[in-house]
Amino acid sequence: MVSLTIDNQPLEVEEGTTALEAAQALGIDIPTLCYLKEVNVIASCRICLVEVEGHKNLVASCALPVAEGMAIRTRTPHVLHARKKVLELLLSDHPFDCLTCFRNGNCELQTLAREMNVHGLQWEGERGVFAVDDLSPSLVREPSKCIRCRRCVTVCRDVLTVSIYDMLHRGFDSVAGPAFNDSLLDTPCITCGQCILVCPTAALHEKDDTDKVWRALENPDLHVVVQTAPSIRVSLGEEFGLPQGELVVGKMVAALRRLGFNKVFDDCFGADVCIMEEGQELLSRLEGNGGPLPQFTSCCPGWVKFCENFYPELIPHLSSTKSPQQIFGALTKTYYAQLAGIPPEKIFSVSIMPCVAKKFEAGRPEHRDSGYRDVDAVLTTRELARMIRMSGINFADLPDEEFDSPMGEASGAGVIFGASGGVMEAALRTVYEKINGTEIPEEDLEKIRSFNEVREAEFKLGDRTIRVAVARNIGEGRKLCERVKNDKEHRYDFIEIMACPGACVGGGGQPIYSNLDKWSLQMDFRKSRAKGLFKSDSEKKYRKSHENPYVLKLYEDFLGEPNSEKAHSLLHTGHKARPLYTCEGTYAGDKVEHRHYREEQGYLH
Amino acid sequence: MPHYRHHVLVCQGTGCLSSGSTGVLKSLEAEIKAQGLNDQVRVVKSGCFGFCMQGPVMIVYPEGVFYTKVHPADVPEIVGKHLKGGQTVERLLFRDPVTKQPVEEFGDIQFFKGQKRLVLQNCGSINPENIEEYIAKDGYFALAKVLTHMTPEQVIDEVKKSGLRGRGGGGFPTGRKWEFARKALGEPKYVICNADEGDPGAFMDRSILEGDPHAVLEAMCIAGYAVGAKQGYVYVRAEYPVAVKRLEIAIEQARTKGLLGKKLFGTDFYFNIEIRLGAGAFVCGEETSLIRSIQGLRGEPRPRPPFPAAEGLWGKPTLINNVETLANIPHIIRNGSKAFAAIGTERSKGTKVFALAGKIHNTGLIEVPMGTTLREVIFNLGGGIPEGKKFKAAQTGGPSGGCLTEEHLDISLEYDTLLEVGSMMGSGGLIVMDEDSCMVDVARFYLEFTRDESCGKCTPCRIGTKRMLEILTRITEGKGTDKDLTDLEELAQVVKEDSLCGLGVSAPNPVLSTLRYFRHEYEAHIFAKHCPAGVCKELQAYAIDPEMCKACGICRRECPSQAIKGAPKEPHVIETEKCSQCGLCLSKCPFKAIKRGPRTRPTAPAAPDALIAGRAGGSPERIHPDSNQSIVH
Repeated sequence: MVSLTIDNQPLEVEEGTTALEAAQALGIDIPTLCYLKEVNVIASCRICLVEVEGHKNLVASCALPVAEGMAIRTRTPHVLHARKKVLELLLSDHPFDCLTCFRNGNCELQTLAREMNVHGLQWEGERGVFAVDDLSPSLVREPSKCIRCRRCVTVCRDVLTVSIYDMLHRGFDSVAGPAFNDSLLDTPCITCGQCILVCPTAALHEKDDTDKVWRALENPDLHVVVQTAPSIRVSLGEEFGLPQGELVVGKMVAALRRLGFNKVFDDCFGADVCIMEEGQELLSRLEGNGGPLPQFTSCCPGWVKFCENFYPELIPHLSSTKSPQQIFGALTKTYYAQLAGIPPEKIFSVSIMPCVAKKFEAGRPEHRDSGYRDVDAVLTTRELARMIRMSGINFADLPDEEFDSPMGEASGAGVIFGASGGVMEAALRTVYEKINGTEIPEEDLEKIRSFNEVREAEFKLGDRTIRVAVARNIGEGRKLCERVKNDKEHRYDFIEIMACPGACVGGGGQPIYSNLDKWSLQMDFRKSRAKGLFKSDSEKKYRKSHENPYVLKLYEDFLGEPNSEKAHSLLHTGHKARPLYTCEGTYAGDKVEHRHYREEQGYLH
Repeated sequence: MPHYRHHVLVCQGTGCLSSGSTGVLKSLEAEIKAQGLNDQVRVVKSGCFGFCMQGPVMIVYPEGVFYTKVHPADVPEIVGKHLKGGQTVERLLFRDPVTKQPVEEFGDIQFFKGQKRLVLQNCGSINPENIEEYIAKDGYFALAKVLTHMTPEQVIDEVKKSGLRGRGGGGFPTGRKWEFARKALGEPKYVICNADEGDPGAFMDRSILEGDPHAVLEAMCIAGYAVGAKQGYVYVRAEYPVAVKRLEIAIEQARTKGLLGKKLFGTDFYFNIEIRLGAGAFVCGEETSLIRSIQGLRGEPRPRPPFPAAEGLWGKPTLINNVETLANIPHIIRNGSKAFAAIGTERSKGTKVFALAGKIHNTGLIEVPMGTTLREVIFNLGGGIPEGKKFKAAQTGGPSGGCLTEEHLDISLEYDTLLEVGSMMGSGGLIVMDEDSCMVDVARFYLEFTRDESCGKCTPCRIGTKRMLEILTRITEGKGTDKDLTDLEELAQVVKEDSLCGLGVSAPNPVLSTLRYFRHEYEAHIFAKHCPAGVCKELQAYAIDPEMCKACGICRRECPSQAIKGAPKEPHVIETEKCSQCGLCLSKCPFKAIKRGPRTRPTAPAAPDALIAGRAGGSPERIHPDSNQSIVH
């Protein structure tokens, strides 16, 4: 233990604690900007400066390990003045378009400027102006708003191991961006959007598709159908001031109805169908006639792109089953169109996703199995919240409403798809019972429910034991990929990989917290959202996908058997190797022909 | 073994190489052969003498005659007249700038006379590409002594007692640094030689590596033994190809001789040295950036603690010393800490190498005991200011240092006194300025350097240096306001106090020290729109005195900007807006009718725009009508 004083208050902390953490322990808030707990501790923004006795200059508290007898002062006028001036310098190289900015009202820089009492800048001068890169279907990069905090760099590199970003150039000209300042479209960016979640400003944000949806909603000739992903029901409330992870499924449905959607369906239904297909596929593989083992889940588009970019040799391991979103999309324009008697060309299919990669997924050229684009528009949780706010709907006061039938009824298995380990658990609930004839014991499932690093477990399936693994994020996914690649002794049979830490509950399209500890690998808000999902699961009438009567009816009336020919043509897809860097040079602002080429290829909206 | 009558040392340092000493060496060798003196004269390629402005230089021994600015065409005369005939070639001798008399002997030249060469003792006296010559000058004796007669603790103790402080800029006690590295937990440990010399105009590290590379290698071995490291790296700029080549040769020779590698001097001590090239980023001279660069990462600093001694290269304990610091070590070990501590002052022991540059007669490298006065350096060794101009200031410590003025001429050059007057030792750059230097422009120059070299990691340095440069540029362009002056001061303080590494912390020093000692020059630029030294182009104008102009048309024809109008028999006129201020007309006018003087501007009337800008919280003072400039002489 180390004893020290902060603002004259004595305290004892463990060795290795930083001054910032020690101050927090005393309830003293030191403002930060580049700091991201456990991930980005680089002392670059110089906002968290403090005075340390014996030090000539001010010291960044985020990276300062405390020492015995240290005397720290966090709020002397000198310190406050220095922080303010550093902030003013940052602002002097920042566009002042707060009023029209994506992060207006939820921007860490803006909040700091307010808290630090900045009114006007002492020093003004040249500002870094960069072209906007909006060629990716998922993310928009506005480098002019970059404050060089490098959180995107470290998250992408150290947590996700994708390493799209690094600092380009030097000094005043430096900015975070992909290699060669290429467009994100031309990089192996897996479009997971974690960089958006950590960006303190709007230098990185989602591609906004709300206009597209508004246009569809106002078109009287279109029948607009919406599906909501499992994790939206536990995060949407946060956008309206409700507690983290609160289950707001009823209010969400009500809000969507009020926005004018003709049918409000539950994507968890798609998840149930996904389990039927993927489970059957696993059984075939286990029997030796469905492709190599282990089988990888394929419902996360970020992970799928990761595999295509970085591990093309593992593509045969990817389940050919589409993601719930795309299953739902294909069924909407076939099964539902038939049921409702509406021609599929008149149906506009919208999905609400916790994810920006889903925008990319929906645009993949192979996802047109209904004969039309299966999903016409993908909105993130944040975009839906914007539409609700714009309409003046008082979300918190909405009554609870039910999903529409028949694609609104889902089992608990479909709901937990949104939490890390959920897909694995859902599949096991079905596969275990199909083979063993008994329900899978809860205590067995606990093994894959924890929030620990790569989780492994073994289950008895008939006379064989299957080994499964769950990766908590794509960085851990890479470890599993490496193991599978070099696996001589056939260690695993079934692997769940999700790109985002904590899976969809921590997706890149989820509400953004602009507070201090938003990124902890302990993943607080992710945990509470996952808890919400499991609570919902426990309250469900049906908890296994194969018990969902509407799913059974779908097979009976329309698809036949799981993995039937019809199911295969609608609900399964292929994957292809992708180059890491296309070197197209798309992001030059003026290269319109490249853009058109990409559009023809179907990668752009 | 032939008995040579003469040894001719031809400098092969970068300075002399670039002024053509390769040609001199070749023709010397050819001429000696042609004149049949092969067995009487031995030609030695030597390191840098330090007197680079006189290059290519050579010394003829045993007389010690020093020839300067030797051209290959001069070689036959040197060989014929001197080496054969025994007569000095007087026209190639160095002429004392004050007495104007030729000085025959090397040791009689003021530039060398006042020096105390400890670190540079072998530079210019041995062939750096021949390890035997280094050994002949007691080279590797120190390593032998350390390995066979001393414990690591005794070595560290000796270095501590010597009082040696880091020569790279910080001045941290070297012995203590070694002790930290010795006591740090972790294996393996590393020794790094920081040869990423980046200060503009400073080249002592280059000269040492080029002239005496083995001294550095020997010191690194000693350091390795003292701290418990087995691997050393020399991090040297790729822009120093000669130094890199000589280091490579030296490492190879030392390995062959068994002075690097396993079982040194029959002990179990093992030490290996590798070279790592830097790509020329100034910030990589900062130790944590340097370490990252060696690891193949972007050269950027990280906060300290942990210091490299605890967590350095690959996260292991690492000792980093500058070239000049290391070059002192063999001397300390050989002659004892007492002899070393006898040189210099109470708190700064030994000698310091300075790179003299600027408005001074003798530019080049000098090594003087710590505590020598600035006056001694400038007016004795340096030979004073040329053309009878007046001394104005001396910048020490390069872009991280500050300026010293006339009142500081008698302060002693050592770490602490320099800090006291707002400058710093730095790596030892010493740039002399005379009355023709504009101190605002000097500050702007250094800020431009640090702005360019800022890595961009931390906010104050990345944006602060940019903003400071913008203000300084405004001032030198005559667009400065009184607000700029206070803004600049406050900004300098922010950058200095809040930056992450030494680059940012010291970047404002040139501004702060010029503001401290030459505030009146800033004020002249801002309020009178006048550059007292006549340097800032935007504040100058050229004009033709109509009384004196004979309308000869020479200036009109010569002007590269077509800025001069005139017809025969009509006095010519310069159009200030077109004039590029090259000064050609001034030098060409046979009648001295062209004058240079401050440019004046009419005071800005309170234009409606300005009032609006003022209301909106902007700064109306910044609005300047740049047209309609008139000239007064």
